[in-house]
Amino acid sequence: MKISREDVLKVAALANLELSDSEVDTYRGHLDDILTYIDKLNEIDTTGVEPLTQVVAVSTDDSALRDDVVVRADIITEVLRGAPDPEAPYFRVPRVIEK
Amino acid sequence: MSASTTWTIPEVRAALDARKISAREMVKDFYARIEKRNAELNIYLALSPDRAFAQADRIDAAIAAGDALPSLAGVPVAVKDVISTRGIPTTCGSRILEGYRPAYDATAVTRLEQAGAIVLGKTNCDEFAMGSSNENSAYGPVRNPVATDHVPGGSSGGSAAAVAANLAVVALGTDTGGSVRQPGSFCGVTALNPSYGRVSRYGLIAYASSLDRIGPFASTVRDAAMVMSVISGRDPRDSTSASVPVPDYIAGLARPLHGLRIGIPDDYFGEGIDPEVRKKIEAGIALLEKLGCRRVSIRMPNTEYAIAAYYIIATAEASSNLARYDGVRYGPRVPGATLIEMYQKTRGRGFGAEVKRRIVLGTYVLSAGYYDAYYLKGQKVRALIARDFREAFEKVDAIVTPTSPVPAFRLGERTANPLQMYLADIYTVTGSLAGVPGISVPSGKTSSGLPVGLQIYGPAFGEDRVLHMAHAFEQAGGQDL
Repeated sequence: MKISREDVLKVAALANLELSDSEVDTYRGHLDDILTYIDKLNEIDTTGVEPLTQVVAVSTDDSALRDDVVVRADIITEVLRGAPDPEAPYFRVPRVIEK
Repeated sequence: MSASTTWTIPEVRAALDARKISAREMVKDFYARIEKRNAELNIYLALSPDRAFAQADRIDAAIAAGDALPSLAGVPVAVKDVISTRGIPTTCGSRILEGYRPAYDATAVTRLEQAGAIVLGKTNCDEFAMGSSNENSAYGPVRNPVATDHVPGGSSGGSAAAVAANLAVVALGTDTGGSVRQPGSFCGVTALNPSYGRVSRYGLIAYASSLDRIGPFASTVRDAAMVMSVISGRDPRDSTSASVPVPDYIAGLARPLHGLRIGIPDDYFGEGIDPEVRKKIEAGIALLEKLGCRRVSIRMPNTEYAIAAYYIIATAEASSNLARYDGVRYGPRVPGATLIEMYQKTRGRGFGAEVKRRIVLGTYVLSAGYYDAYYLKGQKVRALIARDFREAFEKVDAIVTPTSPVPAFRLGERTANPLQMYLADIYTVTGSLAGVPGISVPSGKTSSGLPVGLQIYGPAFGEDRVLHMAHAFEQAGGQDL
């Protein structure tokens, strides 16, 4: 067994994810299977191989670099309309700073 | 015109030009079809009639004024629900974005509309594009129009099914590990995953950023090429979009295939492939040879490690991308006594099982002490898989494989074992990791009538080549093999 209930709970806390007891058990089993499968990668020798982080798009000009110019979007009302607890022009959240 | 009429883009144009139908009537007809079948098939999650009729009226006015029409004038399109559409609900198939209406359009959508296309609505998909069957949607699975007790594939199942059921002429999907190609194969339509960087992702809600791409579904290869002509190319709003020139995809279709070398990877035809799928792919390869291609046996030795590398990289990136869903800016909030408790409850209730599973896995492989063993190792293996493709393309012009080792399966048949579901992505994740374009084109049906898809991979930015080959294959009767 590669992964314990405590491991799942620890990771869920890191991810700010509430899991029920039965979810913890289910995911523990699934993760165990998947991580055991992933161990397959230890069969290959990757000494000296450079990690590939992104298939970098071939750029023929410098357009990926540009001046950082402020452009007004004027969408505050539209954006706040979708928020669960807006108070224009802010998003309201439970208190984080004690008085 | 019957409700089952399949329209292609040139047919829409011919009918508009001949004044046999107006754009408004076209939209009305498609909404009538959707009205009739959507309850059963569950393809559309939201419709956008105001926007569609407004666009139709613009096209009709242009026709009345005798103006030149753009290339996709009047063409009804469906858009996967992970692609942003201003003011139209965009949920990613998730409860956590229920009721969310983006404040802007994705560039791919803007370009389609500038070319005259008409957005009918948003299509169902696996939650946040995570899945291979559409059964991970919070809004229920899509049914495969070819066999309604079967899955349409995933994650872009709604978009594939929309085209297969003639509830849209073309559709946009997204592909991270096979999510355009595999449902294309399951539903019997053409589906293209373009090169990484070919199509702007501005407005695409991210799953795994180093892998995500937008691609078209169509009932013909020519239609897919026409959509690609519109959506391809550099977008200043997406710094990962490439400034590589976009060739004329349509002009390239008519050339003969003669002399092209097609690589058949021995490593792709091992255990796990359904015998009927194998038979249809063999017949497909024979057809390509008949058309003048030369078959070359190749090795892709790192193929067997692709799934493991993919599920490390994709889940790691997903765990980071999905951190933004916290009940502050969009979607429903579950109250909590503290900020953290509010995050935890909102995310715990808002995300479905597969998304939670991938967030937990992705967070685990990135967590202290495991990064080198998993994420870094995965990226190194990714480099080896990309090298397999580079070396293969020194010997061949294209690589031909099955799109999926199995045809569409029954709803509910594979939900119990996530790993088993992941393993079936083998032929598509390799190309996802390597960043190369791949097209799935119908290649006959199994004895029970389920479509089989043949996949053609080309080198990076070789969309013209895979479209060209798929077109010749289709014109030679590939789908009736």
